Amino acid sequence: MDLLLLPALILIPLLAAVAIFFDAPAKRTALIASLLNIAASIYPLVTYWKTQCDCWDWGFQVLTNPDIQLRLGFTNGASPVMLLLSVIVTLAAVYSGKCPEGREKLWFGSMLLIAAGAIGAFISTDVFFFYAFHELALIPTFLMIGMLGSGDRKEAAWKITIYLALGSIILLAGLILAVSQMPSWSFTDLAPAPEHQNTIALLLIIGFGTLVSLFPFHSWAAPAYASAPAPVAMLHAGVLKKFGLYGLLVVGMKVAPDGMLYWLPWICVLLLGNIIWVGLVTLNQKRIDLMLGNSSVMHMGYIFLAIAALAANGKNEIAEPAAILLMFAHGISIALLFSLAAVIERKTGTLEIAQLGGLAKTAPALAFLFGLAGMASIGLPGLANFAGEVMVFFAGFHDWKPSSGVTELGWVQITTIIALWGVVISAVYMLRAFRNTFQGPLVKSTEDATDISMCAKIPAYLLAATLLIVGISPKIILQFLN
Amino acid sequence: MHPQYIEFITVGFGIILLMLEAFTNGNKTRIGLIAAAGLAVILAMLWTVPVKSADVPDWMSRFYHFDALARFFKTIALISTILVLLMAVDMKKVLSRYTSGDETGSALGEFFCLPVFACAGLMWMASARDLVSIFVALELVTIAFYVMVAYMRRNVGSLEAGVKYLILGALSTGFLVYGIAWVYGATGTTDLKLIEAALTKASWANSPQLPIDSPGSPTYLLFGLSLLLISLAFKIGAAPMQLWIPDVYQGAPTPITAYLSVASKAAGFLVMMVILAPFLGSAEISPKLVTILVILAGATLVYGNLAALKQTNFKRLLAYSSIAHAGFLLMGVSSKDYVSVSFYLGTYLIMTFAAFFVLALVRNEENSDTIDAFDGLGKRNPLLAACLTITMAALAGIPLTAGFWGKFLVFKSAINSDVSWWLIAIAFMSVAAGFYYYLKVVKAMYWNAPSNEQALPLPVITKTVLGVLTAALLIFGILPGPIIELLK
Repeated sequence: MDLLLLPALILIPLLAAVAIFFDAPAKRTALIASLLNIAASIYPLVTYWKTQCDCWDWGFQVLTNPDIQLRLGFTNGASPVMLLLSVIVTLAAVYSGKCPEGREKLWFGSMLLIAAGAIGAFISTDVFFFYAFHELALIPTFLMIGMLGSGDRKEAAWKITIYLALGSIILLAGLILAVSQMPSWSFTDLAPAPEHQNTIALLLIIGFGTLVSLFPFHSWAAPAYASAPAPVAMLHAGVLKKFGLYGLLVVGMKVAPDGMLYWLPWICVLLLGNIIWVGLVTLNQKRIDLMLGNSSVMHMGYIFLAIAALAANGKNEIAEPAAILLMFAHGISIALLFSLAAVIERKTGTLEIAQLGGLAKTAPALAFLFGLAGMASIGLPGLANFAGEVMVFFAGFHDWKPSSGVTELGWVQITTIIALWGVVISAVYMLRAFRNTFQGPLVKSTEDATDISMCAKIPAYLLAATLLIVGISPKIILQFLN
Repeated sequence: MHPQYIEFITVGFGIILLMLEAFTNGNKTRIGLIAAAGLAVILAMLWTVPVKSADVPDWMSRFYHFDALARFFKTIALISTILVLLMAVDMKKVLSRYTSGDETGSALGEFFCLPVFACAGLMWMASARDLVSIFVALELVTIAFYVMVAYMRRNVGSLEAGVKYLILGALSTGFLVYGIAWVYGATGTTDLKLIEAALTKASWANSPQLPIDSPGSPTYLLFGLSLLLISLAFKIGAAPMQLWIPDVYQGAPTPITAYLSVASKAAGFLVMMVILAPFLGSAEISPKLVTILVILAGATLVYGNLAALKQTNFKRLLAYSSIAHAGFLLMGVSSKDYVSVSFYLGTYLIMTFAAFFVLALVRNEENSDTIDAFDGLGKRNPLLAACLTITMAALAGIPLTAGFWGKFLVFKSAINSDVSWWLIAIAFMSVAAGFYYYLKVVKAMYWNAPSNEQALPLPVITKTVLGVLTAALLIFGILPGPIIELLK
């Protein structure tokens, strides 16, 4: 009976979305569904947290040839962490954002569909459904951006559609090529592929990479997030985008470890593209939403760094926890930032940094929350991202001993050294944006601004508290990965 | 009951319907409903027939064959004919405007009878295992189609389509007969089983070096085979024999377009698989044939997808999309995976009919086939828009819809059988291109403002059928097993 909680995690949002489509009260249904989802995930998460058992496994055969099952469960510690991230951000997303008049069905229905797809992808333990659920989540994302986005919404939506569709197809090619050499599509049967590892790894890096906005396949991300309605940006940047990294960890590294090693120099160069190049691009942004979108692209580079460290040495035991912890932390912090950016826009009518100022005087709570999230995103100690980033840097130097000397620095170590400068870049743009928005004299747009409302505070404090708790005791997350 | 009675009953039923048509007056849409109901009964009868070739009497067994695959394709033929009839009933306004000139539906009697005959031919094709009986069944289908395509006689587009289809169809029939003659000349038989036996004989294995005019040379056979391929490529709409498709599909009455693109194509593929099977089984001929099929598939994919990208007319878009789907199916044929191809065709039936039902409805209400006519459908009728969104997602091959499984299985067998990496790369790019043009319709429905705010009414038949088809797309999207079971 307990095992039925796993399909319930997907069915609750799915059925709620259907109910909303057939005229159920949209907001209330969505709220109840996301709360139920949290409730349903507690028991599996807690038991897994305590014992890391293989007991969470539910499913049935869908096809015998090829051997495909609809199988849900936790086969590794990454799944429960991502599940936790998904349910938290979903609740926050349902709470925040302002639904345009008359579009409640679409607004809340899409959000629940995205959540169902993301949760499905993260708890599937069969490659086929792992892939399929992610695609399910993309369709409502595209529709929401195209229909309810702001600014140049149609172009942004088309761009993300084309990029992600192409990325998924390349990914599918890689997955089929890899899994056709395995006995079944189940995660437990994944093993290093006997043939074509380099091709598989290349397809997976490009495929998953496009989905995670790996440089140079990243240009869809910032405009899409800037234009997307806040909850969609939260769900996609916070949760759904992590699918690509999660996939590289749980599938890519399993089926093509040698291929990943073969492409290691390229991974390093590209991830530096994310951290340094996109970092510099972020510095130059004039709008808060575009800055956040670009910064989210930039921070993917650090997680890729952990993956690179794992590719360089499969026995690197810090790398995987580092990546997953940072994925979790980044998901929470970027979701919080996007939801607060939407609040700023509602209160002041603009997100142009030059037109803002002194907002802390009229909206102190908003300033506090934004400051906290910004600090987390920079990597201030005590907040979740710091723990993740530090672990990533440690993972980068895991294979190097001071005794081996400077000449022994490998690709990963050199990359890590350069990547450290990214932290400086983050600090510059985030602090500058904070100063220009919240400090200094009041300006026209901020004079009459009110503080964040009670309703928007609840999800914001939920996310902020998560950042703090995990930051002080990252063990909470790392325990899953023992 | 002997399986061949199903076809006999269907033909008899068609004749009875024609008599009924001749002796009744007024609105003839009732005949359409009777025909659909009758075919539903025949479908039920088909499923009571056990799958045993032994039930076929000896004198027929040489050219008539009944197995799970044949039953599957007969089911496709029957279901698509029923759906065509239902669609035609709901679209009577447009149909009668271009036939009798009013909206009484008094001139539609034959329109409802002809699909029954075509259906009989399609079912016979599914069982035919002899080149001559294949030819006869194919002609029964094609001739019925010549009439149906040109049925809207007051519409220039329909007439033009009819003439084009007639001329090009006759040409392809010529190729088919000529090809059969050469194959007969080379092997001395038209029975596909005997051809297979002839091909596996030792003399064939050593023969490629023989001079052309010596009796054992495969040259005659290969020439005949290439003629057959040309004709088959015409039937399934593979490049470079695809040129008729866009114009004929656009001009023909919408239900007939759906019929052409599903039933006629499915039967074409079955015949192709049946005819090519002995040749693909022969170690001498198979590599050459696979190369040709790969080239055909690649060209079809490229042409279909590139041309579909810039279409603004939905019906024409579906025509190009059917060419593109033929490319994927050909990829399956070239990797010799007939189960995947049949599965693909089964799911293709569901999604194509769903798309055409929506198109027929919009055409009936807006009198337009363009994608603009779908602008703002999300506001005017959210249910219809949701159905079409799922359908388009299925056509594009998005996971958790039935359409994905078809593509997935075809891709998997292509990768496993190592046909050609170029073809697989082209096919993957085609899927990506597909996202663009299928989602263009979704975009129009939701992102664009409607040109007219009126709610779009849904007639009962269309509503029910669409509901069933969409639900099927989703259910088979998660559980494709039942369709695969039918093929075993």
